[in-house]
Amino acid sequence: MSFSFTDEQMEFRSVLRRFLADKSPTAEVRRLMETDDGYDCEVWRSLSQDLGLTAIHIPEDYGGQGFGFVELAIAVEEMGRALLCAPYFSSIVLAATAIINGADEAQKRELLPAIAAGDIRAALAFTEENGRWDTSGVTMTATPSGDGHELNGIKSFVLDGHTAERIIVLARQPGTAGDAGLSLFSVAADAAGLERRLLQSTDATRKLARLEFKAVTGTLLGEAGGAAAPLAKTLDQAVACLANEMVGGAEALREQALDYAQMRMQFGRTIASFQTMKHKSADMLIEVELAKSAAYYAAAAADDDDGAFSAVASLAKAGASEAYMQTAIHAIQIHGGIGFTWDNDTQLWFKRAKSSQVFLGDANYHRELMIQRWQD
Amino acid sequence: MSEHTEDTVRAEVRAWLAENWDPHLGLVEWRNKLADSGWGMPNWPPEWHGRGLPSELTRVVEAEFEAVGAIGVARAGIRMLAAATLLEHGSAMHKKKFLRRILTGEDTWCQLFSEPGSGSDLAGASTRADMQNGKWIINGQKVWTTSAHHAQWGLLLARTDWDLPKHRGLTYFLLDMTQDAVEVQPLRQMNHHASFNQVFFTDAVVDPDHMVEGLGDGWKIATTTLMHERRGADGLRRWEMGTDRPERAYVEEREELATAMAPYKWYPQRTGRVDLVIQRAKETGTYDDPTVRQEIAKLLILAKSAEWTARRAREAQVQGRNQGPEGSIGKLAASHVARLGNQVHTLITGADAMLTGEDSPLGGVIAEILVSTPAISIAGGTDEIQRNIISERVLGMPKEPRNDTDRPFRDVPRNTIS
Ligand SMILES: Cc1cc2nc3c(=O)[nH]c(=O)nc-3n(C[C@H](O)[C@H](O)[C@H](O)COP(=O)(O)OP(=O)(O)OC[C@H]3O[C@@H](n4cnc5c(N)ncnc54)[C@H](O)[C@@H]3O)c2cc1C
Repeated sequence: MSFSFTDEQMEFRSVLRRFLADKSPTAEVRRLMETDDGYDCEVWRSLSQDLGLTAIHIPEDYGGQGFGFVELAIAVEEMGRALLCAPYFSSIVLAATAIINGADEAQKRELLPAIAAGDIRAALAFTEENGRWDTSGVTMTATPSGDGHELNGIKSFVLDGHTAERIIVLARQPGTAGDAGLSLFSVAADAAGLERRLLQSTDATRKLARLEFKAVTGTLLGEAGGAAAPLAKTLDQAVACLANEMVGGAEALREQALDYAQMRMQFGRTIASFQTMKHKSADMLIEVELAKSAAYYAAAAADDDDGAFSAVASLAKAGASEAYMQTAIHAIQIHGGIGFTWDNDTQLWFKRAKSSQVFLGDANYHRELMIQRWQD
Repeated sequence: MSEHTEDTVRAEVRAWLAENWDPHLGLVEWRNKLADSGWGMPNWPPEWHGRGLPSELTRVVEAEFEAVGAIGVARAGIRMLAAATLLEHGSAMHKKKFLRRILTGEDTWCQLFSEPGSGSDLAGASTRADMQNGKWIINGQKVWTTSAHHAQWGLLLARTDWDLPKHRGLTYFLLDMTQDAVEVQPLRQMNHHASFNQVFFTDAVVDPDHMVEGLGDGWKIATTTLMHERRGADGLRRWEMGTDRPERAYVEEREELATAMAPYKWYPQRTGRVDLVIQRAKETGTYDDPTVRQEIAKLLILAKSAEWTARRAREAQVQGRNQGPEGSIGKLAASHVARLGNQVHTLITGADAMLTGEDSPLGGVIAEILVSTPAISIAGGTDEIQRNIISERVLGMPKEPRNDTDRPFRDVPRNTIS
């Protein structure tokens, strides 16, 4: 398995970093996070149409560029670094991946090109109010009715679920339990009986919604009752991507804290000259670099898609959860009083670190999954 | 002192309360009685609103107050830091003018120490005090000043000499916060509250007799204030709530606390709220999860050990044994507890930990914990500074070589704040 970036990938990263520095400075992040929609249509158009970011990992047959998870991971790492406010993780990493894994050929041809072009934003609704991140926690029911299915139940913590134009929903045949009887459905956001509410999130750059389905008509995607495996695979891939997004954010924090320490003077010298600050900075570097290696390895393993991948994805997420949070705690501490203020940007990443800690499952959850899936 | 025993004090305070406590009195009127009788601060000197009782007997007095529901002296905010500092270093005029109004709650105080350029390095303060026409004229800026927006008076550390080494050119003043030359701007924190402020002085005036001790004594006196602050940060401090009883004194106390405590609403959350952990684990169904139980147990071990350490330090203090840098131990322990508390609440709360406000558990309390604990390891002196104090003053390890203490302050390198 290849474990270093090619020249093209490095070039891709630097183009993206420049683009995001231009389009997503923290002033923009702060403006967008205060809005309900939480993103800028122009930037979305530009990242999808000018840079083709929405098409990265979607196969060429369905209007995509046919790259893999390594490229997708570079994109989300840079977005995490810049705290980009855009429905990218929801539409591309979660929803498009679920369609790639779970829909049949005709459905992929129908749904994916518009998502790849950025014309349609989709969301994946699988978690419910019980906050469980595995597929077996699903209680929403799907009952056959006419040509389609009737969906009843509540989804929560749905990333960008309030703005997406298409919702990919996981529901079960009544009377089934566990991984059996689970199917994916496609629902138009304006479908009758669907009520969407934006939840108040601590990390305002990551918009979460509660979706209530009251006799909503959905179209079955893929095979009836066969969604557990494709959804589990989707979550593993998304978890690997999230780990990359997180190490991007952690690195940004680490660098900002270092810059601050080099500049800030107390006791007639820069605080960077105090050994405690040096050790903290060195520890942060070690934590972030270890988490980065795991995240990069997980992205490469996602492309190889061998039996070891799912354990590796969980390993990377567990590692990134701790590294990002710890980096955020250190970063505030290094800034002192100013780090605790609203106007200082450290708090934006701190809150992203906090929500990333639990989003798609916390470190405890992923450590357990990892051990269950471990192959010597 | 030896003539007082628990029994005599109990009998005395009980009799006094029976005769004097009346919830229909106005709050200030009642507290003036406390100041006159000395029962509000029994361990203060008799000439200054106390009874000169040994500290361990104050508990007996407090218990009697509680038993009849009698209100005590005003304590909210940083007024007690001001009082402790004035008792130790203030002139007779300062004590006469300020102590009573601190106890009655008529005056609120703030601590004007930190500046944009000097936080950990408090002795690097560059707010200037210049003598002009018989008055001290103050210019400069303070920051992170808790409660400045409603304080009548401020404890001000300002530079009076730029040619002396940093610690020797500082003077301690009592500044009237209500003058126009003092501008207070609230600063929003990452948890949305705005309990601290920036304070700007443009030719603010201080009377010469509002200088505490002498010219150049500022650092020594600031150290007293800080010592009291750190000791108060050991997590044993009571939370002031007031009761919902209808009589006048209670109503006025509630009003007072509503204003005085408003900036501190989030303070319980910054401690990590260990008290909520078991209840929350039961509510969320994580209580039976062995991995969660391990984390809860670790947190309880840490929190209890910290509490008992703080109590040990307090008892030692009460017994009159030397107190000093031990305050730093309690403060440091409190910041470990807060950080671990944050982690455990996140673990217990799961996906809901992403939510805030009404969508967050306990009407937003959990969300507030998660974004407030970072304050603990910064406010009142950072963890790193506490570690320096412990290693150098408790453990006697050598001090770091310094290049800022032995030359004129004006030559010490520092950031220029625009
Ligand atoms: C909630 C809150 C309330 C506050 N209320 C008040 C108030 O009412 N009045 C008031 O005057 N102040 C108040 N403060 C200010 C507080 O005391 C300062 O923020 C604190 O002392 C740190 O100073 P600083 O912010 O300038 O950070 P800095 O001193 O710049 O510290 C930055 C980093 O450098 C480290 N560092 C600095 N010096 C050393 C050293 N010698 N060795 C090792 N590491 C070092 C620090 O530990 C920190 O990690 C408050 C702060 C907070 C967060």
